[in-house]
Amino acid sequence: MSQQTKKGHFPWKHIIGFLISIALTLVAFATALWTDWSSSTIFIIILIFAVIQAALQLVMFMHMTEGEDGGLISGNTLFGFFIAVVIIVGTYWLMTSGHMHMGM
Amino acid sequence: MAHDHNVNPNAPLEYQSETGRLNITGFWTFLGAEIALFSTLFASYFALQARVGDGPTSNEMFEAGLVMIMTMLLLTSSFTCGIAIHEMRANNKTGVIIWMIITLILGAGFIGYELYEFVHYVHEGVTLSTSAHWSMFFILLGTHGLHVSIGIGWIILLLIQLARRGLTPKTASKVFISSLYWHFLDVVWIFIFTCVYLMGMVN
Repeated sequence: MSQQTKKGHFPWKHIIGFLISIALTLVAFATALWTDWSSSTIFIIILIFAVIQAALQLVMFMHMTEGEDGGLISGNTLFGFFIAVVIIVGTYWLMTSGHMHMGM
Repeated sequence: MAHDHNVNPNAPLEYQSETGRLNITGFWTFLGAEIALFSTLFASYFALQARVGDGPTSNEMFEAGLVMIMTMLLLTSSFTCGIAIHEMRANNKTGVIIWMIITLILGAGFIGYELYEFVHYVHEGVTLSTSAHWSMFFILLGTHGLHVSIGIGWIILLLIQLARRGLTPKTASKVFISSLYWHFLDVVWIFIFTCVYLMGMVN
């Protein structure tokens, strides 16, 4: 079988992705526990770190963009995340902004 | 072309058959549904986060050390799972099995710590019925932990099949799909770590 073997067997992509993930985890941890910034500032910063780390996993470990269906898969997954943001932000807004008290 | 189930020898093994390629794309669609599932749990958690009632807050219960151990176990398992797929693309069956077993051991360690955490909370009097906050904590974390446990069982069965049948386009696409599932659970954990644990320890 003419199995295509990747040039350079050493898994650099995975190791770099892993090291960046560890660094982002530690920096997020330090930001949350060892700074005295306001909780909303901390939340925005560590959420950005989380999104970067999630994107790293999807692209470097899960090979989301490769293959014939890479575009379809990426579009589908991004749409999934869009739905997630709408559900989470929408629910939080609805349940905390005082609408629930109307007529109660 | 639609009926062409010839193998494409230039693609990685898991993409070589039409069925394998479509199964992988189909599994990504399932992961889209999983994103929607977890988003509803996160939405409920955020909405009920402040409703601690007479029970303790997150800050009084969470232990930073335990959280970091669990996070590192799952993060490392995601990495070793990636290496298993790297070995698969080098057509090394033994490498796939060894790295997948390391992945499973790390995953089992994660589940062990999570069970320890839950049992510890229950002993402290914090249960599913303590408050809305803790109900959502246990449901969100429990759903994730259940997924990891199912993943461990699934991958064990796949490894038995792989050991018996060897690396073929069929087994390779199955192993690749299980790796997608495993990495996805780490992605979910990144958000649990950030939104539940870190923010719980800030407030």
